[in-house]
Amino acid sequence: MKKGYFGEFGGQFVPELLIPPLRELEKACEEIIPTKEYQEELDDLLRTFAGRPTPLTRCDALSKKLGFTLWLKREDLLHTGAHKMNNTLGQCLLAKYMGKTAVLAETGAGQHGVATCAAAAKLGLGCTIYMGATDVERQAPNVSRMKLLGATVFPVSSGTSTLKDAINEALRAWIVNQDTTLYCFGTAAGPHPYPTLVRNLQSVIGEEIKAEMLKRMGKLPDAVVACVGGGSNAIGAFYPFASDEKSASVRLIGVEAGGTGEPGCYNSAPINLGSPGVLHGELVMLLQNRDGQIEPSHSVSAGLDYPGVGPEHCYYAKIGRVDYGVAVDREALNAFRTLCLEEGIIPALESSHALAYVLEHPDRFAKGSDVVVNLSGRGDKDMDIIREHLDIL
Amino acid sequence: MTEQKPSLEQRITDARRANRVARVPYLTAGFPALDRFLPLLRDLDANGADIIEVGVPFSDPVADGPVVEGASRKALANGVSLEWIFGELKKLDPPLNAGLVLMGYYNPFLQFGFERLIKEAAAVGVQGFIVPDLPLEESHELRTMLKSVNIDLIALVGPNTDDARMQEYAPTASGYVYVVSVMGTTGVRAKVAEEANRTLERARRNFNVPVALGFGIQNPAQVDAMPVQPDAAVFGSALLKHIESGGSVAEFMKPWLE
Repeated sequence: MKKGYFGEFGGQFVPELLIPPLRELEKACEEIIPTKEYQEELDDLLRTFAGRPTPLTRCDALSKKLGFTLWLKREDLLHTGAHKMNNTLGQCLLAKYMGKTAVLAETGAGQHGVATCAAAAKLGLGCTIYMGATDVERQAPNVSRMKLLGATVFPVSSGTSTLKDAINEALRAWIVNQDTTLYCFGTAAGPHPYPTLVRNLQSVIGEEIKAEMLKRMGKLPDAVVACVGGGSNAIGAFYPFASDEKSASVRLIGVEAGGTGEPGCYNSAPINLGSPGVLHGELVMLLQNRDGQIEPSHSVSAGLDYPGVGPEHCYYAKIGRVDYGVAVDREALNAFRTLCLEEGIIPALESSHALAYVLEHPDRFAKGSDVVVNLSGRGDKDMDIIREHLDIL
Repeated sequence: MTEQKPSLEQRITDARRANRVARVPYLTAGFPALDRFLPLLRDLDANGADIIEVGVPFSDPVADGPVVEGASRKALANGVSLEWIFGELKKLDPPLNAGLVLMGYYNPFLQFGFERLIKEAAAVGVQGFIVPDLPLEESHELRTMLKSVNIDLIALVGPNTDDARMQEYAPTASGYVYVVSVMGTTGVRAKVAEEANRTLERARRNFNVPVALGFGIQNPAQVDAMPVQPDAAVFGSALLKHIESGGSVAEFMKPWLE
């Protein structure tokens, strides 16, 4: 397979000026990450700063109704409220070992931004966050968090003023600042080596699911379900199963965001509704028009609102190792409400899409089986959006 | 129509023989309005352009600064597509004297389909392509197809492209090599970055095609002031700004003709 490719997907479609820093990063991935020193320091940070391992919660009330056992992998309990921390601690620590003094990052809803700022503050690195001007407006609490953690937040008003434009601007800024700064990319997408680097850092999720299920149930789960935007929580949950022959029987299901759901609506489901193309350094499934211009995406969940998806997901879809379904806004909101009432957990709207797939299609899971949903984040951040959609508040 | 056009390399060499730097303006197709495209091309052609880089707009131009991005956005809002650009270029009769290069991001070319792309490009006399998000490792397929119809894929290098990397590009280089003057994006800058001299020198050593300099250039005085002279100067953002503010091409090109 060509370097940086997953089947036909992936690659390194960036301006030549970004090739040297990407190669520097590739080298760091090969030479620094495997060292005992780096691994021990990361492990310590994950345990004592971020709060790993996260528990696996059995949902007794819902399981009774569904006829199979529903488990939640509780990434919502991680520091700053989502799985993002696994990645930002890994990349910020790597930046430090590489001799960089700062990191920069894009953020959409602000979860990756906050997680980057926290890791950078902890490790003594400077931090600049690029965020679409529209998102700066609608995610004000996360902007405050980032500022409290010492970061400079740079509102991006080009293009559609959302996540994809924030990535464009972060890439531009990295061209200028590559000597001192590492781009701490937020998801398992973008130019090689980011899809591999982020997947490896997030794989702790799947490894823990495996170990915990073996310990408690003496078997692997029958299915693992996760939401897919760029796809980092999902690839982290899936990879330890997808890369392991002994886990071939474990069904893996990714859930994309279908938007409002009427035919032709804006959505964030490129694997189901897009076509192959090149954006942000990678050849992947994309939402685009016939001229190759990128289409706006939409989801009620800001963290899934992106027109592309990581290359490894495109590959798993192509070879059929992972099934990719769709949940629409309404289904995600219902699942959100259900989990609050039945299990006492307020899930992120992103993770609610994964949950929605299970609640909407219980017939697709065998009676008595063990189904793990990766609860990638907590929903406190979504209160404003919830208030708009649910009249109980 | 069978008359042989000078190659891109020849055009720059001819300018050097005339003891001047070749003039390479960049114009986003369909900016500021659809009906300005062909007249602006004609004006550039009549006012001393040796090669014209026609910008194919893209929604997410990561190598560009605000001026070119703004022009792209406006062109897209005007309805510009690659298909439209080829349709317009077909109307150029008589053809331009200047050489034509298409500059754009990879995805619109990819979606157009390479078979169709090379056919249409060759039919309207395009002689080169510049694809800023297509580094060497990803460029084999497009380069091979373009080569089959005698169209150059222009390499881009910058201050952080070391000699070893330039050597990797060198065997595939044709037309000219595009030196990015600064670690940054396109856009007008007061003076050409000091580091551009060193990059130019290294590019000259490593490539055996002419060397063009771009990013940040607005007038010939900036180039004259450089201790190391490029063979060609590319200017885009300054021209687009001038056009947007209602200025004429003749006015803009005047200092380049003196």
